[in-house]
Amino acid sequence: MTREKRPLLSRVADSVHWMARYIERAENVARFIGVNLHLQLDLPLAPAHQWQPLIDTSGDIEAYKERYGEVTEEKVIRFLAFDEEHPNSIYSCLRSARENARSVRETISSEMWEQINSMYLQIQLQRTAPHHDALPEILRGIRLACHMFQGITDATMTHDEAWHFLRMGRMMERADKTSRILDVKYFILLPSPANVGTPYDDLHWAAVLKSVSGFETYRKQRGRISPLGIVEFLVTDREFPRAIRHCVEVTGESLRVVAGTPTGATEQESERLMRELRKELGEAQMDIVIQSGLHEYLDGLQTRMNSIGDCLTQDFFMLRGEELAARARIGQ
Amino acid sequence: MRFDAYQTDGFHDEMFDAAGNPRPEAKLLIETINSLEEGQLLRSQRAAERLLLQMGITFNVYGDSAGTERIFPFDLIPRIVRADDWDWIERGLKQRIRGLNEFINDIYHDKKILKDKVVPEEIIKSAAFYRPQCEGIDPPLGVWCHITGTDLVRHGDGQIYVLEDNLRVPSGVSYVLENRDLMKRTFPSVFEGLTVRPVSEYPEKLLEMLEAICPPNCSDIPTVVLLTPGIYNSAYFEHSYLARQMGIQLVEGRDLTVQDKTVFMQTTRGLRRVDVIYRRIDDDFLDPKAFRSDSLLGVPGLVEAYRAGNVALANAPGNGVADDKVVYAYVPDIIRYYLGEDAILPNVPTYLCWKDTDRKYVLDNLDQLVVKAANEAGGYGMLVGPHSTAMQREQFAARIQANPRNYIAQPTLALSRVPTLVEDHMEGRHVDLRPYILFGKDIHVMAGGLTRVALRKGSLVVNSSQGGGSKDTWVLSRNPEAAAS
Repeated sequence: MTREKRPLLSRVADSVHWMARYIERAENVARFIGVNLHLQLDLPLAPAHQWQPLIDTSGDIEAYKERYGEVTEEKVIRFLAFDEEHPNSIYSCLRSARENARSVRETISSEMWEQINSMYLQIQLQRTAPHHDALPEILRGIRLACHMFQGITDATMTHDEAWHFLRMGRMMERADKTSRILDVKYFILLPSPANVGTPYDDLHWAAVLKSVSGFETYRKQRGRISPLGIVEFLVTDREFPRAIRHCVEVTGESLRVVAGTPTGATEQESERLMRELRKELGEAQMDIVIQSGLHEYLDGLQTRMNSIGDCLTQDFFMLRGEELAARARIGQ
Repeated sequence: MRFDAYQTDGFHDEMFDAAGNPRPEAKLLIETINSLEEGQLLRSQRAAERLLLQMGITFNVYGDSAGTERIFPFDLIPRIVRADDWDWIERGLKQRIRGLNEFINDIYHDKKILKDKVVPEEIIKSAAFYRPQCEGIDPPLGVWCHITGTDLVRHGDGQIYVLEDNLRVPSGVSYVLENRDLMKRTFPSVFEGLTVRPVSEYPEKLLEMLEAICPPNCSDIPTVVLLTPGIYNSAYFEHSYLARQMGIQLVEGRDLTVQDKTVFMQTTRGLRRVDVIYRRIDDDFLDPKAFRSDSLLGVPGLVEAYRAGNVALANAPGNGVADDKVVYAYVPDIIRYYLGEDAILPNVPTYLCWKDTDRKYVLDNLDQLVVKAANEAGGYGMLVGPHSTAMQREQFAARIQANPRNYIAQPTLALSRVPTLVEDHMEGRHVDLRPYILFGKDIHVMAGGLTRVALRKGSLVVNSSQGGGSKDTWVLSRNPEAAAS
């Protein structure tokens, strides 16, 4: 005998979603820092301002300036990786992911909990004064541990409604991070058209691809590095797991499952926004976009994804008052 | 590591008799441990501790900086309970729970026991956990104490006594289950040849009890949830563990809402009715409309829904009236009054400070006695006379005189000891035992319970908040001498 499908608490859906977002955020920050460290070695005379874009990517430049002042490699790494007061540092993300996981331990699998818990215990040990030479390995360890968490999640958690909320969290965060790294790097590289085609420029563009683990795939698909090729690849590719379009498509699939709106019935607001975004990404032409302003375009994408996130909250996480009563009547 | 140098130091030891010879039920275990390769016991102990941390089996420490989590220390040497001792304990616990349940029901209805002056009325009126809001409530099946964690201790005379009843929201059962699991994972060889009764059926029995108390008008399969104060509560691990083991939803107060005296939870698809709530929130915080109005953890209107018979609560609010340590002193009379039987399990002799003669004796003998506040738990508000300073005794004397109703005293018990790993060798440490009793359609006593151990040398305080740890508890299904004959 199987029981009626167990309903998912709104709070649990919210926590699972954010748990996944925080893990994805930690992984992205670890990769951004790792790639930049690597890049530094090829640009021996490059000034510390190579590190500024990383903070720009996280969108936290004001918090940084206030706490740390000038931009140096050591300070930026401390801020982005280990600062317990900076809510988007790797350490804080793992701590928040664990807090969320702790509050939904009965929903996620034991294996997922143990993985998150061990990641947190590990970074607690590592975060006090790590040696510079140990950093690449620490960052790699974090990335792998995050990947392992994704794998454990997909292999041990039943792919029910909660899993779909989790997957949406992962994918929305990923889309956001890809758009941000592209935005920031493009902004830096574009003002120097004279450099196009120089070795340094290629290094930077390769670093962008490596920041999203996309270098090898790009090479296989498109061969030579070109700004347009990279923008197309990272924005409109359907299959590459970190391309914005791919992330949006997958989020859309999960949204359809959790909304469960029958064909022809009235969509929820989140579904409507998602349908429009998918349509637009499917039709977007990057050469035209670049001419009229990539930054504005990416900014627009981020705003629309944020709106979808807000609508998820309204549609699923925070049912209150009148709507609750109305839904209760439908539910009975 | 061997037991050769082990000393019982004149205490009752659960593994060795007064002459230092192994008790028959412990003989095989001692032989197994003595035959272990050098260092293996210690390695297993370390492995167990690592596992606890990895699995996140931790508790939050109050008064410590936010978010401090510690593992509840676990000692690998188990505590063994003989089959015949256990049969007696089980009968005694069932009798005690039955008597206490009758008592609570009477207190919130006819109050016959007060009219007959078996228990003084002023004691109930002044009991901190008496809840006038519960007057006249008829809980499903007439059960008020669904889950009890009675504290038992063995004194130097070899006798087992009831120390406390813990009827309100007893915790610790998850450690019993995890300890057994940990033992099997890290130290499987010691189980060989022994007939240790399993404990793993507890979540199933708990769910069965919770489903049995569902209100009459609920759906076919009742929706049971566990209500937790949230992740910062010291027992949060247990709440989440039990919810997982039973496959029920773990909810917080903010997930629930009451409409038309019916409780609903907020899901992604709207409201769903809740029939039974295993609540791990104290009475005070359960419902701001009924109890403390400043509670943010609770559910407004919950008690009204409960009174209307639309939701069942375990444990029943108000049952803490029988947790008062002054009421405790009357339990043998309570059992005799309702059941017409003598109590099987004895109480520890208790002096009630509100009685003039008792108070005088207590004040004259503070250095000999253990003084406890009538309504505190967790080892707080307690004076252990022989281990106290003159200044502490003075402070307690003043408190007793200011509020005699709130203090009781008991002789200092020489709690029995069990060999415990201390660094690289074994030393005796004092223990108690908390079995868990479930009361739904009938009464079920878990085979064993939580053996808490005072890890500090000489300490008698076993609470986790005060440096206590735990051990696996082995109830034997038959005694070895019976098997041999």
